[in-house]
Amino acid sequence: MNRLVFSNIARFITLVLIQVLVMNKINFYGFLNPYIYILFILLLPFETPGWLLLLLSFFTGLTVDLFSGTLGLHAASSIFAGFMRPLIIKFVGEKPDYDITTQPKLQQMGLKWFIAYALLMIFAHQLFLNLLDVFSFDEFWQTLLRVIVSAFFTFLFILLFEYIFVPRKEKQ
Amino acid sequence: MRNILAFIIRYHFLLLFLLLEIFSVALLVNSTYYQSSAILKAGSRATGRFYTSVSNATDYLKLRTTNEQLARENALLRQMKGVSFLKNDTSSFWVNDTLYKQQYKYIVSKVVLNTVGKRNNYIMLDKGSRSGIQKDMAVITSNGIVGTVVNVSENFSWVMSMLNKHTRISGRIIKNNQMGTIVWNGIDHIYGTLTDIPAHVKISKGDTIVSSGYSYIFPAGLMIGTITDFRVEQGEHFYTIPFKFSVDFNALQYVYVVKNLMKVEQESLEKSTEGIKDE
Repeated sequence: MNRLVFSNIARFITLVLIQVLVMNKINFYGFLNPYIYILFILLLPFETPGWLLLLLSFFTGLTVDLFSGTLGLHAASSIFAGFMRPLIIKFVGEKPDYDITTQPKLQQMGLKWFIAYALLMIFAHQLFLNLLDVFSFDEFWQTLLRVIVSAFFTFLFILLFEYIFVPRKEKQ
Repeated sequence: MRNILAFIIRYHFLLLFLLLEIFSVALLVNSTYYQSSAILKAGSRATGRFYTSVSNATDYLKLRTTNEQLARENALLRQMKGVSFLKNDTSSFWVNDTLYKQQYKYIVSKVVLNTVGKRNNYIMLDKGSRSGIQKDMAVITSNGIVGTVVNVSENFSWVMSMLNKHTRISGRIIKNNQMGTIVWNGIDHIYGTLTDIPAHVKISKGDTIVSSGYSYIFPAGLMIGTITDFRVEQGEHFYTIPFKFSVDFNALQYVYVVKNLMKVEQESLEKSTEGIKDE
C-alpha cells in the first residue's frame, strides 16, 4: 500500500515536471498542446474512492495552472476528467474481480483496453479544456481540430511514457 | 435533516464534482478578466522563481541570436547618434530645447515564460512593480509590438501577448495612413488580422502596418507587420487583411516595457473634456 502511494507521488512529480519543462514548450503550428499530466489521473488505482479521485484531479490541475499562468483552466478540466473516469471505465469494461492489485495500466489491462480507456479520457479532457479556453462556440471547428490534434499527440506521448517507465519485475 | 445527510452521502461524488468545478471556473473567470487575484500573485512569486532559474540555464542556447539582435540594434542606435551626422553649419549656438520633451521611457526585461499555441497567450517577465512596471504599459522588442502588461507583482509581470482573443490594438497602414484594429484569430502565431479598413481604400500586398499612436499605451510608428493578403468578405464593407507579425513570438527573449511619462496628463485631460461635454 505504501509502495503504491509512493510510486504515485513520484509519478505526479515526474509528470508535472515533464509537462511544465518540455510539453508546454512544444508549439507545432500553434495547434499542438499535449497535456500528459492527465496520465496521473489515468493511472490512479481502481480502488481510489470517488472523493479522493476528484480532490487529486483538482490538485493536479491547480499545480499545472500555477506553472502555466492559467489559474483554474487546467483545474476545471482535470476535475472533469476525474469525474468522467468511473463512467469511462464502466463503458470500456471493468477490471477482472479476482485480482485486487490490478491497476489501470497498459501492462496489466492489455493494449486494446488501455487504448480505448486512454483515448476516451484524453479526448474528454482536451475537449473540456479547449472549449473552456475559447469560451464560445464561434470557432467550433477550429477548436475541434485543436482538440483532435492535441489529443492524438498526448496519446502518443502517454504510450511512450508507459513503455519507457515499466518496472523491471513486470518486464520479464 | 437525516434525509439531507443521506442525500449528500448518496450523491457526494456528483456534489463534490460540481463544487470543485464551480470553484475552478470562478477562479478562471476572475483571473482572466481582472488579472489581479491574490492566488495568481502568490503563485507567480513561487513559479516565477522556478522559471527564472530554468530560463537562466536555457539562455545559453540562444546567446548567438541574442548577440546578433543586439549588434543590429547597436548599429541602428549608432546611426541616430549626433556624431554620425555631418555638421555643415559654421556658426555654433546654444539651444535650450523645449521642442523635444521625453515622453517614453524604456525598461529592459527578460521573458521567463511564454506560450504561442493557445487561444489566449500570456507572457511572464522577470521585472515587476519594483522596477517601475505598471499595468497597461506597452511591451515591445526591437522588431515590433509584443503586447500589454495586464498584471504586476513585486518582481514579475504578466503580459497579454498580441496572440490573444482580447487583443485590440489600433494599427495604421503606412502607405495610405488608414487606421484599423488588429485582432488575432487563434490559428497561427505567425499571422494576425487587420480589420476595420473600409473596402474602398486601395491596399496592396507587402504594405507595412505600424502602431497608430492613438492610445496612451503604444508610441506611434512601432512596427507591427506586413500585409500578406487582403479580401472583402461577402456582405461586408470592411477588409479582412491577414498580415505577418514582425515579431517572432516563438523566439522572444528580451523585451522593452514602455512607460508613457505623460499618460497621467493625457488621461486627466480626457476626463476633464468629458466633463465639459456633459454640461
